[in-house]
Amino acid sequence: MGKRIGHRTVKFTNAPAIISFASAAGENEKKGPYGGYFDLTFDDGLWGEKTYELAERKMLTRVSQEALKKAGLTPADVSYMLAGDLLNQIISSGFAARALEIPFIGLYGACSTMAESVMLGAMLADGGYALNVLCATSSHFATAERQYRNPLELGTPRTPTAQNTVTGAGALVISAQKAGFPAVTFATAGRVIDLGINDVSDLGAAMAPAAAETIITHLEDTDRGADYYDYIITGDLGTFGSEMLLRMISGTGRDISANHRDCGVLIYGGDKKMGCGGSGCGCSAAMMCGYFLNEMKNGRINRMLFTATGALHSPTSMLQNETIPAIAHAVAIENGSVV
Amino acid sequence: MDIKKSIDDKTYKRQVKQKEPKSRLLKECAAAFLVGGLICVLGEALNDIGGCLKLDKQATDVFRSTALIFLGALFTGIGWYDVLGKFAGAGSIVPITGFANSVVSPALEYKWEGQVLGVGAKLFTIAGPVLVFGIISAVLVGLIYCIFG
Repeated sequence: MGKRIGHRTVKFTNAPAIISFASAAGENEKKGPYGGYFDLTFDDGLWGEKTYELAERKMLTRVSQEALKKAGLTPADVSYMLAGDLLNQIISSGFAARALEIPFIGLYGACSTMAESVMLGAMLADGGYALNVLCATSSHFATAERQYRNPLELGTPRTPTAQNTVTGAGALVISAQKAGFPAVTFATAGRVIDLGINDVSDLGAAMAPAAAETIITHLEDTDRGADYYDYIITGDLGTFGSEMLLRMISGTGRDISANHRDCGVLIYGGDKKMGCGGSGCGCSAAMMCGYFLNEMKNGRINRMLFTATGALHSPTSMLQNETIPAIAHAVAIENGSVV
Repeated sequence: MDIKKSIDDKTYKRQVKQKEPKSRLLKECAAAFLVGGLICVLGEALNDIGGCLKLDKQATDVFRSTALIFLGALFTGIGWYDVLGKFAGAGSIVPITGFANSVVSPALEYKWEGQVLGVGAKLFTIAGPVLVFGIISAVLVGLIYCIFG
């Protein structure tokens, strides 16, 4: 049984299906053009909790519970929870898993976590190692700021390439062989790519090469043209990162400009106050589990390639003058294509 | 596909530098000049108030600095200073009010980690280097003054 095709792609032969999904978002995301698509929203960063970390944990727990509820499942029905976030030791995920009591596999792929978890969840379900897999991730503006940057009240301006960490979360349930749902058909795992960008305020440019490589590798491995997909979605490249991505891809003789969408660009609708757009695990997770999967469910989108990108640096590596390594994983999600 | 075969680090970095959105230098300098200038005008006004209160020069200096630090801390606490800082940049970072902001903002941020290991340990995360190098420079200048003065 050849499940591997090309260099880095796997083909799922048992059509692991995304049977439910749920999203959460904070105040700024709710005000954006996709605000109406998020299941759970809240108006202040704390969401009734004592700290921002607790609020992020609550967001991830609640969004996971919501996805299970929509699927008519209880935590006992779930074989694995695959989750990760941006905080040190992925505490939001670990503590959420403590509450959910589902066997937990913690992931760290920075902002690529949603695609990483879907890829691994589909592998587990397709291989018959899991009945239902819960994939989830979150990010929170305030927790990310205090870990990666400065105190919230410090009065420093943003550079023009900076992006805004999204307060949001997404969770979805992958199930083996369920017809009538969008299915994960292919997954292409990314390599860590670093073209020497060392500006933490320009993560879009640091991640664009990784996205380009994964997208092109996926198209080569599957022998598909870019126009096969209704949308080729990237996670959080922002406006400038997207520009660099399209430039790099057109340099290889392909063109994805017509069907490329970036969650970071979409989520705030180009609001200048948010710099080049949104970033963070929650950016692609909330857009995927809020808007895109909903559109698939309603049949308005039938084929999409979801490529979430992550920057794998840390505050310590930046202080030690390292450049920014980046990764992108791609999963193809299609309607009505049970193989 | 190997992206490194189609583009090397140097070319990519050059392209990024060329294409990236640029700071609007003139507008930002004008904002910094305006806000920084206004904070200095406020300092002058406080000097005059000190004069009206019949304070001597040394007491006026202390009154002015303390009042500015208080205002910087107050506006940080009510969440206005970061908004000002996003507009004014160096105009509100460089004056003494910016120093107050750099101490009060970590105090607010790390209160959840406790008074000792949170606020106490993190209070000078931003301002610490300024103090360290400020004190070192003062000692060096003092030594030079002592030897050659």
